[in-house]
Amino acid sequence: MQYDHILIRYGEMALKGKNIKAFILRLQENIQNKLQDYKNVKVKRTQGRMFVLLNGHDPKPIIDKCKHIFGIQSLSLAIKEENDPDKVKEAALYALKKNAAASTFKVTVKRINKDFPIRSQEFNHVVGRHLLTNTNGITVDVHQPDVEIKIEIRNEATYITSSVVQGAGGLPVGTSGKSLLLLSGGIDSPVAGYLAMKRGVQLEAIHFHSPPFTSERAKQKVLDLAKQLTQYGKSIQVHLVPFTKLQQEIFRQIPDGYAMTTMRRIMMRISEKVCQEQGILSITTGENLGQVASQTMESMNVINEVTNYPILRPLVAMDKTEIIDIAKKIGTYETSILPYEDCCTVFVPKSPKTKPKREKANHFEAKADLSEWVEEALQNIETIKITSGQGNTYENLF
Amino acid sequence: MIYLDNSATTKPEASVLKSFEKVSTDFFANPSSIHPLGGESEKLLHQAKNQAAKLLEVARSEIVFTSGGTEGNNLAIKGIALEHQHRGKHIITTAVEHASVYEACKSLEKLGFNITYLPVNQDGVINVNDLQATIQDDTILISVMHVNSELGSIQPIKEVGAIAKRHPKLFFHVDHVQGLGKVPLSLKDSGIDLCTMSGHKIHGLKGTGLLYIRNRTTLFPLFHGGAQEQAKRSGTENLAGAVSFVRALRLILEKERTHKHELLQMQQYIREELENLPSVFVNTPLHAAPHIINFSVPGVKPEVLIHLLAENDIYISTKSACSSKQTDESEILAACGLPKERTTSALRVSLTYTNTMEELQQFMSILRRNIQQLKKVME
Repeated sequence: MQYDHILIRYGEMALKGKNIKAFILRLQENIQNKLQDYKNVKVKRTQGRMFVLLNGHDPKPIIDKCKHIFGIQSLSLAIKEENDPDKVKEAALYALKKNAAASTFKVTVKRINKDFPIRSQEFNHVVGRHLLTNTNGITVDVHQPDVEIKIEIRNEATYITSSVVQGAGGLPVGTSGKSLLLLSGGIDSPVAGYLAMKRGVQLEAIHFHSPPFTSERAKQKVLDLAKQLTQYGKSIQVHLVPFTKLQQEIFRQIPDGYAMTTMRRIMMRISEKVCQEQGILSITTGENLGQVASQTMESMNVINEVTNYPILRPLVAMDKTEIIDIAKKIGTYETSILPYEDCCTVFVPKSPKTKPKREKANHFEAKADLSEWVEEALQNIETIKITSGQGNTYENLF
Repeated sequence: MIYLDNSATTKPEASVLKSFEKVSTDFFANPSSIHPLGGESEKLLHQAKNQAAKLLEVARSEIVFTSGGTEGNNLAIKGIALEHQHRGKHIITTAVEHASVYEACKSLEKLGFNITYLPVNQDGVINVNDLQATIQDDTILISVMHVNSELGSIQPIKEVGAIAKRHPKLFFHVDHVQGLGKVPLSLKDSGIDLCTMSGHKIHGLKGTGLLYIRNRTTLFPLFHGGAQEQAKRSGTENLAGAVSFVRALRLILEKERTHKHELLQMQQYIREELENLPSVFVNTPLHAAPHIINFSVPGVKPEVLIHLLAENDIYISTKSACSSKQTDESEILAACGLPKERTTSALRVSLTYTNTMEELQQFMSILRRNIQQLKKVME
């Protein structure tokens, strides 16, 4: 007897109606994808649950990987047993004894298969009695047990579990369409991307870089951040926009107070173009109301004017400290704080307007001639596909 | 050659040397240089940290590459002591620590610190109740080794960590140099703030090692300079050393998972053989690390046995190599309360995963012969 299954409970997608199948299939695919390095590990669906068959693999790293997959509410290591009362009793005893430190327990039986000869309440007592008579010094505590032995009697088999690991929640990545994340390299944008993914979004990312003012390392940092985000979903395409010329022209042709506003508007225009080409339906940013000059209500109004694509701003109402907490949790913080210049920190106007106006921005841009440079930037976008695999370039050195 | 002195040092693994050579040749640029070559080196350094962090299940920012065990222990102990002396000047350690812990503590006594050296029982193990009782308001550090290098005894790190956790003002340091790759230790689950590891004990290179420093642990650096290694250890990074160390770490942890029972079998074999010899005492307790067997042959000078074995191309040692030049009594064994005839006649066999049963059988037969001869001579 052994723990050879991981039982997976769905999150809120369990509440979906007829389209639930699509969510489940996507989740199954995402899990398979994540576990592809483990030979012979299988992912199976049954009604209302999903199972990972371990086939002899150490469960710990596999649970760790599954913990990050959106759409999973919780997971448990499980013993699979025939729908035979005696065998289930033995498995429950095994599960209890595996918890060496436990001094109290509780049994919860769920009988989905009504052909099983003993009703849940009664079987609850039967198993409880069996555990009490076959152990020493362990008692029942139905309110705050050290271990809860859960028995799920399903049509195909019975599953016995004794611990629950919280999953990431949310919806399976890929069930909510694609969004283009403006990825700067700072703390906020990766967190925004993560939260979008949590709602089932498949991400692509766009990054504006200004060599030689920004270094190769700043670019690498963005790719590293994208890489870190892939662990919560699938591969991410990163579109790198060469921004140097355009940025210089903006700062030459647009008055200082509006240069930043125009720069942001042009970033939006370029992002929208990329969306159109890639069949992406929305733009995601790490904007956070009131954090900096470009993120005041007035700035958002003016910058947003140039696109009618929905802009997702998952961080809009968060405090910086909340954002930092998430960044630490998802593992992007340490990369984000590496001190490299990005395009927004190199060209900084002396006094950016915190309350720009649409008319003025339009007026200055009508007078300027930037289209040639925008076109050139679009022509020279470099697209890199970041995959979630190891991809450690120096793998053979370690 | 039958090399059974792996607790003194190990032979570098070929692939580890290869990594060192490749990184020294291809990534010689300074990771702090801003040109692309420096960028490549920096990227590799980041990956080395990521990899180490992953293997040890900690965060990247908690990894500090060092030159080895002695530096790690000194940085941890003096670093905490100097940084937090305004909180208190009391440090708790044990009577059986490695010289780099013991002498670091001794040096702090000269600066006005007050050190408690916890006694051990016959098995070389401290009593956690003793430890609990010695904690004072001004205690700032507990430093306890995981595995003893002479005896192989294992200290109750988890229990000590649980006690340390109840005293948030103090830090807990573990010297894990001998235990690494032989006796599992979870840094996160054991309440550890600092943990020393060394490369050359795990088939890595001399001059490489790692000090784990839990986030939010501040210490006074031993080296000031260019603020490398999160400003905890300045000096241009030994990138080739770091990468090779991480490789050695990965390999030894894999071996620990898959081949530990072989070490145990070999240790068991030697223990039984030695116990069958009259006039030989096994000093290593039953509950011990799987790679060390310490024994005494009263009446026989250990150096003589070592030389006789060496004539047959077999290498073992007396006590810990770092202290074997000082006196002829093992302080560690003395601290366990063993009689003088045993503390002055102790020998240590220390194994690694490349040793084989055949080697040990050969060693045992030669050792048996040598002991018999010596006994005859002395009678």
